[in-house]
Amino acid sequence: MSDVLLETRNLVIKFGGVTAADNVSLKIHAGRNMAIIGPNGAGKTTFLNICTGWIKPTQGQVLFEGRDITPLPPRKIVQRGVARAFQIPQLFTEHTALENLLIAVSARDHLRNPLMDMHAIPERDEMLHLLDMVGCADVADTVVVELSEGQRKLIDVAVALALKPKLLLLDEPTSGVASSEKHAIMEILIGALKEADVTSVFVEHDMGIVEKYADEVAVWNSGDVQLRGTPAEILEHPDVIRDVIGEGV
Amino acid sequence: MNFAIFLLALFDGIAYAALVFIVALGLTLIFGVMRILNVAHGSLYAIGAYASVTLTGYALSLGFAPVLAFPLMIVSAVLVGILIGAPLEKFLLRRIYDKSEVLQLLMTFAVFMILEDVQRLVWGTRPYFDSSALQVLGNVTVFGVTYTAYQMILLPLVAIALLLGMRFFLRHTVTGKLITATTEDREAAQSIGVDADKVFLFTFVIGAILAGLGGALASPTTSILPGMGADMIVLSFAVVATAGLGQIEGAALTALMIGLGRSFAVYLYPEISVLVPYLIMVLVLLVRPEGLFGTPGARKI
Amino acid sequence: MSSTTEQRKVNARMKNPLFLLWIIGIVAIAAVPFAMPSLQLLVSFAMAKGLGVLGVTVLLRAGQVSFGHALYFGISAYAGAFLMASMPGTDFVIVLIAGTLGAVLAGLLVGLFVVRYRGIFFGMLNLAFSMIFWSILEKFYHYTGGADGIRLPRPMVLGNTLDHVQFELVLFYTAVVLMVALGWFTTRWFASPVGQLFQTIKTNETRLEYLGVSPRRALLSGYLLSAVLCGVGGVMMGMAQGVVTPEYVWWVRSAEMVFIAVLGGAGSVQGAFLGALIYEFVRTYASVYAGDIWQMILGGFLLIIILFAPGGLIAILNSLFNRGSGKGGTGK
Repeated sequence: MSDVLLETRNLVIKFGGVTAADNVSLKIHAGRNMAIIGPNGAGKTTFLNICTGWIKPTQGQVLFEGRDITPLPPRKIVQRGVARAFQIPQLFTEHTALENLLIAVSARDHLRNPLMDMHAIPERDEMLHLLDMVGCADVADTVVVELSEGQRKLIDVAVALALKPKLLLLDEPTSGVASSEKHAIMEILIGALKEADVTSVFVEHDMGIVEKYADEVAVWNSGDVQLRGTPAEILEHPDVIRDVIGEGV
Repeated sequence: MNFAIFLLALFDGIAYAALVFIVALGLTLIFGVMRILNVAHGSLYAIGAYASVTLTGYALSLGFAPVLAFPLMIVSAVLVGILIGAPLEKFLLRRIYDKSEVLQLLMTFAVFMILEDVQRLVWGTRPYFDSSALQVLGNVTVFGVTYTAYQMILLPLVAIALLLGMRFFLRHTVTGKLITATTEDREAAQSIGVDADKVFLFTFVIGAILAGLGGALASPTTSILPGMGADMIVLSFAVVATAGLGQIEGAALTALMIGLGRSFAVYLYPEISVLVPYLIMVLVLLVRPEGLFGTPGARKI
Repeated sequence: MSSTTEQRKVNARMKNPLFLLWIIGIVAIAAVPFAMPSLQLLVSFAMAKGLGVLGVTVLLRAGQVSFGHALYFGISAYAGAFLMASMPGTDFVIVLIAGTLGAVLAGLLVGLFVVRYRGIFFGMLNLAFSMIFWSILEKFYHYTGGADGIRLPRPMVLGNTLDHVQFELVLFYTAVVLMVALGWFTTRWFASPVGQLFQTIKTNETRLEYLGVSPRRALLSGYLLSAVLCGVGGVMMGMAQGVVTPEYVWWVRSAEMVFIAVLGGAGSVQGAFLGALIYEFVRTYASVYAGDIWQMILGGFLLIIILFAPGGLIAILNSLFNRGSGKGGTGK
């Protein structure tokens, strides 16, 4: 077994009277793509929010590379090597696609020279390459508001990859994208993840995508990880067919 | 500080708090429903005061009894709401609901600048003073301290009545429930047939009337000068921010806290009395950025 | 590769007719003391005010508006005046630095607090702080001279005692240099990585946080720059007028700065100075006739700009010149 990158220990999350997670302990191993599936409202996005410090768990711990990151704000967790792409892309909408990446890399490398033009930074070529990797080289100079939802999703991932993370959390990378484009986008993404050599966790609804691209699947249901295994094992499990796949159809 | 001075400070504080609360209530209502901070709210307060003094003075010069000052205060407030508040919402604010917060703020600020000069044009820079309402109600003596019944009884009563009335209105009347529904989810409210435009207009006029009423009620207790609107908008914002934007009951408690803090400072440390409301606000916001009664809103991602 | 990019950019800039216009404008301003000496003081005031407006402009770039930035304008002028009062004969440069430092210190203290807020709260809390300082100036008249303010006597200039004509000339050209230098710096800063991070406050703080950056720190960097700019403008204005009054901090002054920033073109460096110049001219000549309704005129104009010309003067100039050069084939 490879190294454990991220681990949650006995996570409990309660919102008012609702329990979104009940004693969840989960290990994420380096070098694999793990899919988290489960019915709507099961708390999958909440799980990503907890892992990145956006909200704090009621009880339990989150460990990254063996160190407790539970009390840290998102930016500190990001600095340690956890990046995130969002279900609704979180981009700087008045900037171009390339500028979004340049801003990200400026943050990563702590560029502080107030007289240097951001477009002239040495990392520019690296960012152009990254845009190319996610298939968006042709829209480098297009302002984000003018991009399609699919392009925004890809750039959102590219912004996360620009940080050179060790772990990338993806929240429904193909939602909001026309179903004809889904596989194409996943191909690009998985290719980019492979090239960047980054471990990923992605929340996904499309079982076809999960089957094809995940190395491992965890099923999130009723506030708990009830099953985990290879895509083949999980997708044929009767509980999964009843609770998760049945709902999606 | 002896007991008499303590009582005086207490009464001053309560009377002052009542006035500030009435104005802040209008501000926080408008914000709660429309998500707009109306900087011109302070001008509406000042114009309410000017209008009330002018109308009362005119009535007295015609030989009417001073008791007429009370209905004239209400008339002034309603005039402010209908003649200034309604056109403001209908012709200006309505154009910018979809714009950024900063633009909305700039817009109401521009209106504020205009109304400040309107006051100067109409009423000049000479201070106005008319205390007939104060004299009509006479004085009361409590533990040897004599105080005006107007400030000690009427103002707090009006403030409490408005607080309770607003609670009842928002929770138990059809119109109030429509307003609350629009506040919570504008699109959903529209989809079930609520006319959001009407709700906004109505809310804004009510808010403006409250500002005008605050000014009208303040007019017998203070001299009316240019600049009082600027002071009031910042002060009522301090109350509303300390309480948490949109919190009605919270605004009442905060107004009391700030009013008492200020009046005790007047007797103990007169130099800093003007600063007390802001000190309270800054201290509260340092500890609770969303205000005493506000709830932190986490963005959904 | 980056040097060729740089070269290309310089070429592009030289071709831009607006860039030439700015050069001509600066040269024209520099010629004022000789060509039109009667306007010298007016232009000095406009440049000092323009620096303050530039401070407000910086914040507009992050989508924030401050209704209290006259605070820094006033604090630096008072800092300069206090220094002159306690150490008569202090040098001009020291006064300039001390005033600016005063503004930076105040900017840091207030900034650490207000960067926790955005939008309405940010604007109004800045206003509240300026009003707090205003009432301190008015109430503690033993120290501040109250409403009459305090005198800011003419300082020495690099060891020389100058008469008022010479000193005003020194002030004028210092203002020109500061305008060009700080304007240039701010333009570069906007385009730099730090400046870009600051400007993302306007569009997406969530992403900023998820880049490992503290949005508050990012906002504070720009807030301090804005305080410096207002501070430099304030102490220059104080020295040009020779007296500092609480009026410097009065909310009307803050409103004026916001007005000029929006008039010039929200977010534009050149717009700040262009707006300030036009504003000072119109005010000097029009307020004689319209002194009573001056704020009303400003408010009315502000409404018109917001509703019908949100890009301000700069956007109008840009569209004029780009249309003109578009025929030549170089326009965008």
